[in-house]
Amino acid sequence: MDVTVIATESLSKRFPRVTALDRLSVDVGPGVTGLVGANGAGKSTLIKILLGLSPATEGRAEVLGLDVATEGAAIRERVGYMPEHDCLPPDVSATEFVVHMARMSGLPATAARERTADTLRHVGLYEERYRPIGGYSTGMKQRVKLAQALVHDPQLVFLDEPTNGLDPVGRDEMLGLIRRIHTDFGISVLVTSHLLGELERTCDHVVVVDGGKLLRSSSTRDFTQTTTTLAIEVTDTDEHPDGTRAVREALHARGVTVQDGSGLPGAGHILLLTAQGEDTFDLVRDVIADLGLGLVRMEQRRHQIAEVFTNDTDAQRKEAVGHGG
Amino acid sequence: MAAEQSLQATTPSGDTRIHNIGYRSYDGPRLGRSYARMSLYSQSLRGAYGLGRSAKSKVLPMLLFVVMCVPAAIMVAVAVATKAKELPLDYTRYAIVMQAVISLYVASQAPQSVSRDLRFKTVPLYFSRPIETADYVRAKYAALASALFVLTAAPLLVLYVGALLAKLDFTDQTKGFAQGLVSVALLSLLFAGIGLVIASVTPRRGFGIAAVIAVLTISYGAVSTLQAIADVQGSGDAGILIGLFSPITLIDGVQSAYLGASSAFPGGVGPDRTEGLLFVLVTLGLIAGSHALLMRRYKKVGL
Repeated sequence: MDVTVIATESLSKRFPRVTALDRLSVDVGPGVTGLVGANGAGKSTLIKILLGLSPATEGRAEVLGLDVATEGAAIRERVGYMPEHDCLPPDVSATEFVVHMARMSGLPATAARERTADTLRHVGLYEERYRPIGGYSTGMKQRVKLAQALVHDPQLVFLDEPTNGLDPVGRDEMLGLIRRIHTDFGISVLVTSHLLGELERTCDHVVVVDGGKLLRSSSTRDFTQTTTTLAIEVTDTDEHPDGTRAVREALHARGVTVQDGSGLPGAGHILLLTAQGEDTFDLVRDVIADLGLGLVRMEQRRHQIAEVFTNDTDAQRKEAVGHGG
Repeated sequence: MAAEQSLQATTPSGDTRIHNIGYRSYDGPRLGRSYARMSLYSQSLRGAYGLGRSAKSKVLPMLLFVVMCVPAAIMVAVAVATKAKELPLDYTRYAIVMQAVISLYVASQAPQSVSRDLRFKTVPLYFSRPIETADYVRAKYAALASALFVLTAAPLLVLYVGALLAKLDFTDQTKGFAQGLVSVALLSLLFAGIGLVIASVTPRRGFGIAAVIAVLTISYGAVSTLQAIADVQGSGDAGILIGLFSPITLIDGVQSAYLGASSAFPGGVGPDRTEGLLFVLVTLGLIAGSHALLMRRYKKVGL
């Protein structure tokens, strides 16, 4: 099934003082797609245009094969939207609120109630759904926001920063839920975030925008292959008073370029290198073991937008990772 | 590959929950925009009496509704008991006499209807659905106007039923009742419009309540004072036209010119038919203006 869910063609949106979107052309297929960009990169503007709520200055866009300029109402009937900000009245229960939103999407009263019960259960809200939303935790509120976006069984949902404000556990649960929206519910997802690392784990495809321009659009697999950065920290021993340096030299000898983690917390103790598949992990392990050092950590760094920048401009040079400036 | 690993790691508790009941998709009807507008209307109308909201929010609107109806019931009781030839108060006068209660109701329910959506930013959720700005505005406007109509027409109904029970003249009473209904319908539209415009400016409910009360009472206070002064100084015509500047005197003017009501203006002299036309035009203009202002207000809200 190779259909295009979202297609934009030199889509631009200019406000008197800023250009929010600059000739953005991108095709998005079914599945979970991440839309990554720093704050102000144009993510929310793009969603607004795709919902048919804000006309594009130029270019065109289609959602589910419908033109955003002329068929906004039909699009909004088939998609769901979860805003970034709080949007829940505190004095009604989740059930009442979601039922109302289901009816606002056009579901008859009985269907609205059934779908609400189902959807709230699917997002993980049980007994608490009868209590006023005002008393919910941030995680529960995010689930209600998600439920109102899913209650009318849309073909596509726009999730604007769904992990905002969540603790690590809540974040993981939300990401798992987003994955299930596609795998279990069969609904395509466009999810925005400013953390690339977070989307890598959830999305099939990642679109990176910056300053309203398309920086990159590729499947997550490509992303991880080209940009996996390992951070390593080792202990010092009597034999190697500067363990970090010893590892760097040993790795150099084996032909691996290593960067200092300058600018990061613990700079001077952290080494960064580009992982090229499983072999790099084994190599690092062996090198450190040979030196008799303790491995404090070896982790995949979460990628920030800035790295995509560097990788994009220096795409040919694989070693170029984590330039400070 | 990394993605698969971390996916498993993210849902460690997935199996212990009742998640796997399975997702059912929805193939039933989607009733679209006009249905959504109706749903918003009925939800807002119910909300204006606290229905579907917390017990606490039912208290004030219900209380005001009772306060509105009790005097009518008492009048009916008196009329029946004393076998009076007519009701102690005209249908058209009832709302004018009870204007404080009506103002209080508008002040409490207009912000409830629109400020909450603004304050809790629920508006974007509406506009991400099939309805459009105009649908939202019309549903909210119609709902508050209907709620006000219920509030103001209910006591008239009590009076009418009571009058028929007291075997007062049927034609007279029916005509008076009909005139009263037209008058409160106009009043409902006017007050709802003014209340909503003021409330839609602020997301703070408290400000909304205070502002609506202020606008309604200060305008009435100022107008009636000026009218009294004009009356004392013998410039009656000027006094009548001053009535254009407060909502309740506007309605008073319209109904004394066209609906056979006795005016509450000083000396009981309301506008004549030509002056009355001005009152009608200003009233309709205010209603249309309120609607236009609301449309403009919500054009900007978007997401």
